[in-house]
Amino acid sequence: MSETVTVPLHAVAHGRAGDKGNRSNISVVPYLPETFPFLVDQVTEKRVLNLFRHKGASAVERYVLQNLPAINLVIDDALEGGVNSALNQDLHGKTLSFLLLGELTVDVPVDCIPIGSRYRA
Amino acid sequence: MTKTVYIGSGAGFAGDRLDAAIPVVETLRTCDGPRYLIFEVMGERTLAIAQRIKMRNPDKGYSPYLDEYLRGVLKACKENSVRIVSNLGNANPLGGAKRVHELAAELGIENLRVACVHGDDLLTFMDADEIGALPTIEGLEITGKEIVAANAYIGARPVADALALDVDVVLVGRTTDAALVLGPLIHEFGWGEDELDLLAQGTLCGHLLECGGQVTGGYFCDPGFKDVPGMDNLGFPIGEITANGSIVITKAANTGGLVSRATVIEQMLYEVHDPANYLTPDVTLDITGVTLAEDGENRIRLEGAKGKAPPETLKVTVSADGGWLGEAEMIYAGPNALARAELAADIVTKRCRKNGITDDIRVDIVGTSAVFDNDASDRRRGDNRPLDGEFRLRTAIRTMNKADAKYVNDEVLSLFCSGPAGGGGYRCNVMGQVNTASVLVPRETVETHCGASEVKP
Repeated sequence: MSETVTVPLHAVAHGRAGDKGNRSNISVVPYLPETFPFLVDQVTEKRVLNLFRHKGASAVERYVLQNLPAINLVIDDALEGGVNSALNQDLHGKTLSFLLLGELTVDVPVDCIPIGSRYRA
Repeated sequence: MTKTVYIGSGAGFAGDRLDAAIPVVETLRTCDGPRYLIFEVMGERTLAIAQRIKMRNPDKGYSPYLDEYLRGVLKACKENSVRIVSNLGNANPLGGAKRVHELAAELGIENLRVACVHGDDLLTFMDADEIGALPTIEGLEITGKEIVAANAYIGARPVADALALDVDVVLVGRTTDAALVLGPLIHEFGWGEDELDLLAQGTLCGHLLECGGQVTGGYFCDPGFKDVPGMDNLGFPIGEITANGSIVITKAANTGGLVSRATVIEQMLYEVHDPANYLTPDVTLDITGVTLAEDGENRIRLEGAKGKAPPETLKVTVSADGGWLGEAEMIYAGPNALARAELAADIVTKRCRKNGITDDIRVDIVGTSAVFDNDASDRRRGDNRPLDGEFRLRTAIRTMNKADAKYVNDEVLSLFCSGPAGGGGYRCNVMGQVNTASVLVPRETVETHCGASEVKP
């Protein structure tokens, strides 16, 4: 097992945000399947909720899809009212996948980071 | 030999690339099997705006993009038996169908046959009080508000009924987006209401195709991490489906873009909540057993979607007047720019309060991760970033009073001569808003009104 490093989720996974009303869903997909167990351990409902609480988020439901593999996060009340009433420039919260990828850190073996990634430097 | 049905996407939202469908049709015409081209161009807001237009002019209210999307492909589609299925009908599929005939005449296309699907518009068979009494599952309280639009998400069966009329073009209003794909598959394969796993695979295929380029590398590319070639010529997707429900997602030939496990997985989960229970009028879709396999370059095969019975109710989007959204911006650059932008924010806020603006005003400073912040700017106030750089003040207000929205914008404008040093690049906007709620209606209330009919020139 290679050395463990602490990196933003963006180093090992990608994702996309979508909206329905005042609820956001964000997928988290590992670049390498061997990273997935680390994500299941560390991308927890509680940690995700803490990242979005300042926006009013009230609950997070996490769905683990071993078949893909991927995680689907559903964050209630994350969109400051959503497209009906948000004053945020990004009414749909389309940018929020990158809030999650950039600010949630994970501890992973270096080998979980794709070769050539700037996070390996 | 097993029949394969080919379904391409020409647009994934109202505002998508107008020329994306052309290489899709070029590819479809070489495919050996029934071919379809879908355009998904309807959002909740688009529909409400279209309803307002229809109220003023009963001939209008179909998509304002109808001509632009169809002009470049209608003739090639007719000549190559590529049937078009689209929600370009918006609030007025009948009016849209008539416009398609006019366009065909302008383009010298003969014997084009067009059908429309009806039954989604609740305002044609329910009064506002009845609609207002339906249970809300999401969005704003609508009781007592003037309803602009109320349309049910109807399923794929009426789309299949329209295709059975042997037409070249089917225009719908509010169906599920996936019904644009599932409708042709039901028509081609005769899938019954109890063949839930097949309906699930068809719905999954629809979900993957409905956002156009979002499954072929669009809205995906992250340079250095997720690279996609030829984004300026992004190839739109084509689904290949067989009678046993097997799906291959690929894309138009001679285009940029990418179809990979990663592009397909991101789109598969897009706007999905519980992946074991994705509700549609045709089937409750379970994607927790779906497997993906590479099937050649830019080809991903998907199997294993499971279906359960659909819900007893249909989702309805109800729209009401949402007042106005006012926004204004001013930029500061160079040494101490953040301090000057912060002062500008403070000045505008104080003057608006002093002069009677009571609705909430949000003040962002773009360049400080403003979209990740909240209305109170808690994140910005908590960080200690360098004051030098480039920062853009941005204000926003929602109000029922248009004059108040304009007033806030004018306060930003006045920063030119009365604000901090060096502000420039003023821009402003006041836009009418639509508020929506999702409500539930019993299926039978709507389905007795659903159907398809051919529209003659």
